Amino acid sequence: MNYPENFRYTKEHEWVSLTGDMATIGITFHAQEELGDIVYVDVPKAGTKVSKGSTFGSVESVKAVSDIYAPVSGEVTEANAILASAPEKLNADPHESAWLIKVRVKDAAEFNNLMTASEYQTYVGAEH
Amino acid sequence: METALKRTPLNEVHRAAGARMVDFGGWDMPVQYSGLIDEHNTVRNAVGLFDVSHMGEIEIRGPEAMQLADYVTTNSVAKLQCGQAQYSGLLYEHGGFVDDILVHKVADDSFFLCVNAGNQEKDFEHIRNANKFDCEVEFASERYAQLAIQGPKALETAQKLTETPLQQIKYYWFADGMFAGVPARIARTGYTGEDGVEVYTAPEHAVVVWNAIMEAGRPFGIKPCGLGARNTLRLESKMALYGHEISDSITPLEADLGWIVKLGKGDFIGREALVKQTPTRKLVGFEMRGRGIGRDGYEVLLEGKPAGWVTSGSPSPTLNKNIGLCYLPLERSRPGEKIEIVIRNQAVEAETVPTPFYKRSQ
Repeated sequence: MNYPENFRYTKEHEWVSLTGDMATIGITFHAQEELGDIVYVDVPKAGTKVSKGSTFGSVESVKAVSDIYAPVSGEVTEANAILASAPEKLNADPHESAWLIKVRVKDAAEFNNLMTASEYQTYVGAEH
Repeated sequence: METALKRTPLNEVHRAAGARMVDFGGWDMPVQYSGLIDEHNTVRNAVGLFDVSHMGEIEIRGPEAMQLADYVTTNSVAKLQCGQAQYSGLLYEHGGFVDDILVHKVADDSFFLCVNAGNQEKDFEHIRNANKFDCEVEFASERYAQLAIQGPKALETAQKLTETPLQQIKYYWFADGMFAGVPARIARTGYTGEDGVEVYTAPEHAVVVWNAIMEAGRPFGIKPCGLGARNTLRLESKMALYGHEISDSITPLEADLGWIVKLGKGDFIGREALVKQTPTRKLVGFEMRGRGIGRDGYEVLLEGKPAGWVTSGSPSPTLNKNIGLCYLPLERSRPGEKIEIVIRNQAVEAETVPTPFYKRSQ
């Protein structure tokens, strides 16, 4: 699987990309694969504050429900509307069209402290 | 992983095929291959193949084998004919389940029990301790692999591999014969609600048999299936899963399994407790009305008050609804009861419904 080089990754299998102070957050290919067929995605509305390391939503598959943790702190500016009606998109395209939320970050350093693509792939490989 | 997981003889086959493996009660098992929903639908519409070699086998043999089998199980072993199989309960004296099992009558003096993977050692001890008869009990799990071929195309698939006429084996009967060139026990049983067979063979033949089935089923679009699909298939058909619908603190009467209890057959372990029991709770099906999935362990409310718990819950790929099973007070267990299920601290509306959720057309 291709893990974009410009993303950063968490141990809880979220990814984040950063343009200026705007972060886009999603779950990784590995995460959706672990979950299997996704049926519900719950993410916060615009205006909600999220803080790094805290749960901000959940992803539910046929098998199980899993919390999602904020990789960075900030304020939600947009939730991906596609996922309410087509949660299965998260299985098909987790790194692009099926992003979860966009966040205006407070501290870009939080981004830089996360895992790089190659670090994450090593981490995922070591999990097995 | 601290302790080594147990592996079936097909472990390498699963890994080579890209299955996602999980720790299932100490066994390294495939949870899914192509995808849970895809595998589920393949079994409902065509044919799927499951490795269920983790299941345990116990054999009872000897002049009084029938008496022991009848004494440790709830259903009537005496009524079985040679070549017939029976779903049954193995109970403690207090009426709770040791396990739910399949009893196969091989001969008048020989019975073959298929038991749950996680319970097999416990079951064996339980039966051996109850053996006051002239017969022997053997823990035979190491001698068997088990493959389940399930779906409307299962018999056509399996028939290519055996001269045993499968259509003549009635539902819940079995025959011993050659299958894919090796000796096997072929049972018309399953845990999916579809027609199909379960094939028991020696572990050293498992890979050959697996590959032969995959090849035979190819024209029908056969797919290997994991435990994920096995669970949604059995749930739609309201088949119990030990540790969920049934356990050591649940009796068959509560679990809506009165049909496997034959109080009139004579003494058996747990009988006295069942005779005395006036069940106050019952297993019942529900459908979610609000958004969410009621999963095992979630609390069930009636008029806002705790009244029961969910034993299994999942989206139903066949019905496209969120379904589940739960325990409710007996007097509130009829279909049409408005209930609520506490999903992550929120009470979500649901309603009790008739079961099974899915029944195949004959």
